[in-house]
Amino acid sequence: MYTKDGEKYFIVDAHIALWDAREENQRNIHGKQFIDCFYDYHRNLSPESEVWSYDEYLYQGGERLMKDIFTDGYADHAIFQPAYLHEFYKTGFGQSEEASQLAAKHPDKLTYNHNFDPRNGEAGLEQLHKDAEKYGLKGVKLYTAEWHGESRGWKLDDPWAYRYFEACRELGIKNIHIHKGPTIRPLDRDAFDVADVDHVASDFTDLNFIVEHVGLPRLEDFCWIATQEPNVHGGLAVAMPFIHTRPRYFAQIMGELLYWIGEDRIQFSSDYAIWTPKWLVEKFVDFQIPEDMSEYAPITTAQKKKILGLNAAKMYDIPVPAELQLPEDDATATGPRDTDAVDADLQPA
Amino acid sequence: MTSTLMPASTGELTRDEVMTALDVVLDPELDEPITDLGFVQSVTFRDDDVLEVHLRLPTSFCSPSFAYLMVSDAKDVLTALPGYDAPGRVVVELDDHHDSERINAGLAADAGYRGTFGHEAEDSLDDLRAIFRRKAHTAAMERCLTALLRADDELAEADLGTVTLADLPSGDHATDALLRRREALGLPDAADAPVMVDATGRTYATEEVPMALRRARSTRISIDGNAHFCRGLLATRYPGSDADQAPREPETFFPLTTLKEQLR
Repeated sequence: MYTKDGEKYFIVDAHIALWDAREENQRNIHGKQFIDCFYDYHRNLSPESEVWSYDEYLYQGGERLMKDIFTDGYADHAIFQPAYLHEFYKTGFGQSEEASQLAAKHPDKLTYNHNFDPRNGEAGLEQLHKDAEKYGLKGVKLYTAEWHGESRGWKLDDPWAYRYFEACRELGIKNIHIHKGPTIRPLDRDAFDVADVDHVASDFTDLNFIVEHVGLPRLEDFCWIATQEPNVHGGLAVAMPFIHTRPRYFAQIMGELLYWIGEDRIQFSSDYAIWTPKWLVEKFVDFQIPEDMSEYAPITTAQKKKILGLNAAKMYDIPVPAELQLPEDDATATGPRDTDAVDADLQPA
Repeated sequence: MTSTLMPASTGELTRDEVMTALDVVLDPELDEPITDLGFVQSVTFRDDDVLEVHLRLPTSFCSPSFAYLMVSDAKDVLTALPGYDAPGRVVVELDDHHDSERINAGLAADAGYRGTFGHEAEDSLDDLRAIFRRKAHTAAMERCLTALLRADDELAEADLGTVTLADLPSGDHATDALLRRREALGLPDAADAPVMVDATGRTYATEEVPMALRRARSTRISIDGNAHFCRGLLATRYPGSDADQAPREPETFFPLTTLKEQLR
């Protein structure tokens, strides 16, 4: 929980990782290139006081994570979104065992999402069933630019991916987090294209599709899809730290998101350990759309509360203390509404 | 250019001429010259009369298709320089990318896109390039129209559908940029041609105009944001490279209080 000026905010960090990018776990040069790229993100967009040394950045471990996210970082709950990356790292990038055990130890604080790769065919489907049971999965994190033998990416509307989404439906895995990456076959097409999200969201209306980094670098395409598909949400991973380096650009991102998709479908995340939640939460609570950007309405405290935690808490059934909830509100003033869902929300319990 | 190894020329061609030639190579996604972005790592006139140019990108994992477009375009403009059309006289290499080896081998062999990427390439990158040409036009159009709105309180968004090229300030950077984008798409440059058109030249009905402007704005914001991100990452990755980056045009902001009301 974070408190400022008498307002209390319930914080859910909806995208965190427990990674191991140390040299001994790197399988090849790409393992080094990958973490170096993350470290450049970290160095480029963090306030100077928050920049870690390279060695610190390679691996944090559970104890450090708990301190950064919960003791220092104000979070009430956080959700692991592990990237597999076995082509780059011997035990993978996101540490499934370590993270899931940590989540099992702190079930009130941590949720463990796992991943799958539809290119694993039948065997992968079987594995997904096992993983769902083992981890009690509510969600998965999918990285479409994952390398896999000769293949360097897949699409959400591939036929095999549909088999996996059907399995998710059966298994009660409702929340599909999607990370678009740059290397995908064929290279003829825009690898960051989010059109495949549109297809699956239309065909699996009972699943939630959370597009991480709000579709960046294709923000506009993401916004357009999300206006049309009420089950498409935006995760603020990677977009958040612009609040420090480029606050006016961050204001435009928020203005666009609130306008196109509305305040109920945006989720805060630090993308730990790329960044840490403490300074992001502090800055976001203090943030306001600059007055001269009069084409955007000011962002309200209630909107901030939803984005910082209440939206993700609702999606993941995370209990929120009564004092941190918002009074039942009507349809919001911004963004297109899912009228059916709103009507259902307004039914007496 | 801090990283140029040999600033001298062979006597035939100067480094400045090489950079000027490279000015026409755009990052298709950011719609900016690679020279302004600081992507030119070095220009070297080798003793064996070979012109060697190295490019660098903000991350190892920048999209290989965009990377390929930039390096192959660079090689095309350099081999078009007088005296450099003979095989082997121009070497272009991409540094520090996850696909550097493959791309550089393909370039050296003039293997083309499909020859370079094998099974990962299907047909060509023409469609990909076309998508970003259209986006570049959309963003350039929004910049011009938003500038008009800012300059004239009397002008309403819905009126923008009737604005013609003659209404834009001539010689203005934004106007020139729009004209170039229009030319790339084959759109007319006549004074009475409407400004607010899609990539095929279709105009918008008055009631469609505010939403079309809103969508165009989100495209422009997306491109601007990516440009900030990529420039910043390059400067972090290669300390000092920010000195090679030309400043971007000042950001355009727009007191458009009426816009939201009109769209409700």
